[in-house]
Amino acid sequence: MGKHVLLIEDEPNIIEAIRFILSRDGWRVDVHSDGGDAVDQISSRAPDVVILDVMLPGRNGYDILTDLRGRGLSVPVLMLTARGQTRDREEAIRAGANRFMTKPFSNAAMLDAVRALGAA
Amino acid sequence: MPRDTLTGSRIRERRVMAGLRQADLARQAEISPSYLNLIEHNRRRIGGKLLNRLAAILGVEPNLLTQGAEATLIASLREAALGHPQSGPELARVDEFAGRFPGWAGLLAQQRTRIDGLERIVATLTDRLAHDPQLAASLHEVLSTATAIRSTAAILAEPGEIEPEWSDRFHRNINEDAARLADSSRALARYLESAGDASADVAMPQEEVDAFFEARGYHLPGLEQGSEDAQGPAAMIAANPALTSAAAQDVALRHLDRYRADAQALPLAPVRAFVATHGVDPLALAAAFNVDVARAMRRLASLPNSEATGLVVCDGAGMLTLRKPVRGFALPRFGAACPLWPLFSALNRPMVPISMLIRQPGRDAAVLRALAIAQPVSAPCPGRDPLYEAHMLITPAPGETDALAVGTTCRVCPRTDCEGRREPSILSDGF
Repeated sequence: MGKHVLLIEDEPNIIEAIRFILSRDGWRVDVHSDGGDAVDQISSRAPDVVILDVMLPGRNGYDILTDLRGRGLSVPVLMLTARGQTRDREEAIRAGANRFMTKPFSNAAMLDAVRALGAA
Repeated sequence: MPRDTLTGSRIRERRVMAGLRQADLARQAEISPSYLNLIEHNRRRIGGKLLNRLAAILGVEPNLLTQGAEATLIASLREAALGHPQSGPELARVDEFAGRFPGWAGLLAQQRTRIDGLERIVATLTDRLAHDPQLAASLHEVLSTATAIRSTAAILAEPGEIEPEWSDRFHRNINEDAARLADSSRALARYLESAGDASADVAMPQEEVDAFFEARGYHLPGLEQGSEDAQGPAAMIAANPALTSAAAQDVALRHLDRYRADAQALPLAPVRAFVATHGVDPLALAAAFNVDVARAMRRLASLPNSEATGLVVCDGAGMLTLRKPVRGFALPRFGAACPLWPLFSALNRPMVPISMLIRQPGRDAAVLRALAIAQPVSAPCPGRDPLYEAHMLITPAPGETDALAVGTTCRVCPRTDCEGRREPSILSDGF
């Protein structure tokens, strides 16, 4: 069994595409779509990498990540956001993100980022 | 200096513009240079034949020399000067400036008008970008759909075979997302296009309802008791194509149901007679007709020709749910209003009318009387705290000068020493 990635995203067709790309690369992909209990899901599933969208129902990705780091969980996190402004990138880094990608991203870049985080 | 004594200054200005020396103009007008010098320095009155002769030489109509600049130009220059007192404009000489340099004065007035317009647009659009949830949601929808299409299309475009089941699924996803993207991008384009004309934009449900009431002067004859052209709220909404969204129609229906109930409790004719005698006094009106104060406020703000009576209503969270503007009191288009408004003080003291004199900053500022009250939105329920909404009626307060300084919303408020400030003002950020 390959490494484990938890994708926290609520857009069904993005989920399907990312799941396909990562599965084909040997990753085990779990999906969660609610921001409200995302921290508990990350904590209990203990993935090797988390892909975290910013705009989620229930709670935004920055809050989730801040909470996650506050609990001492150091799992690598790739943040996906629809906004590429500097302040969004800075906010992601401040919250504890390891990587940051702006939508729409290329599959290859996303895959490279996940591989790099998984190898770290 | 009175405008009609500046004829000499205008002659001098026109002479300089024509490239004539004083001596040349004096010779052509058959007067001495020293006499022309006295005229040009407004130390000799001029009229009749000499005025006509000078005007003919200078190639202008005589009245342009005697009447000078338009009153509107003078007024505009005065406003520009009052808006920037730190520059030290010589306000007492504004007539002289407009008379001597009509071109420069006109340019200054035009620039001031343009700057005012641009400042309003910047304030509106910045306020929108900062607070408009619809814009944020719309952009997120477009970019998320584009992401799904890009990722899926890239998978399909890769060399090598994909299982038919996956291939079919991805083609179907692209088709769905393409349709979604077309819809969401069209909606976004419409939204952004309308941003150029902020006054015409009615994208938000509450804005559609505000526009509906504003277009009717906040008075709806069709909902008045005994009206010949009476129609129900639902029919009124159905007949109004401007209320485009289901959300706006729902909000409007609640307002119209409430309007009709207000009109039944406070019939138009006796209320108008009461106002004619007692003035716009919601407390007295409520007592006389045995209704609550908030209802009296709404009724007073919905009378025909009640432009001088403003009304704002907010729910318990402070969200403005009804906005009837009044001259001298700007209302925020997006985002939270100024927390200093008596409207919000009333939420802290339910059922206690709060009357205050208030004034906002800005050119159109005026001292206004604000009467606010918070009332429960429903009947008491055992074991449950009541929900309140607050009303604030705003009326002119002529002759009053001592008033509480309040703002519109932090983003467009220039006050720096305000304990209620939530965020920096764009007016102090270099915009």
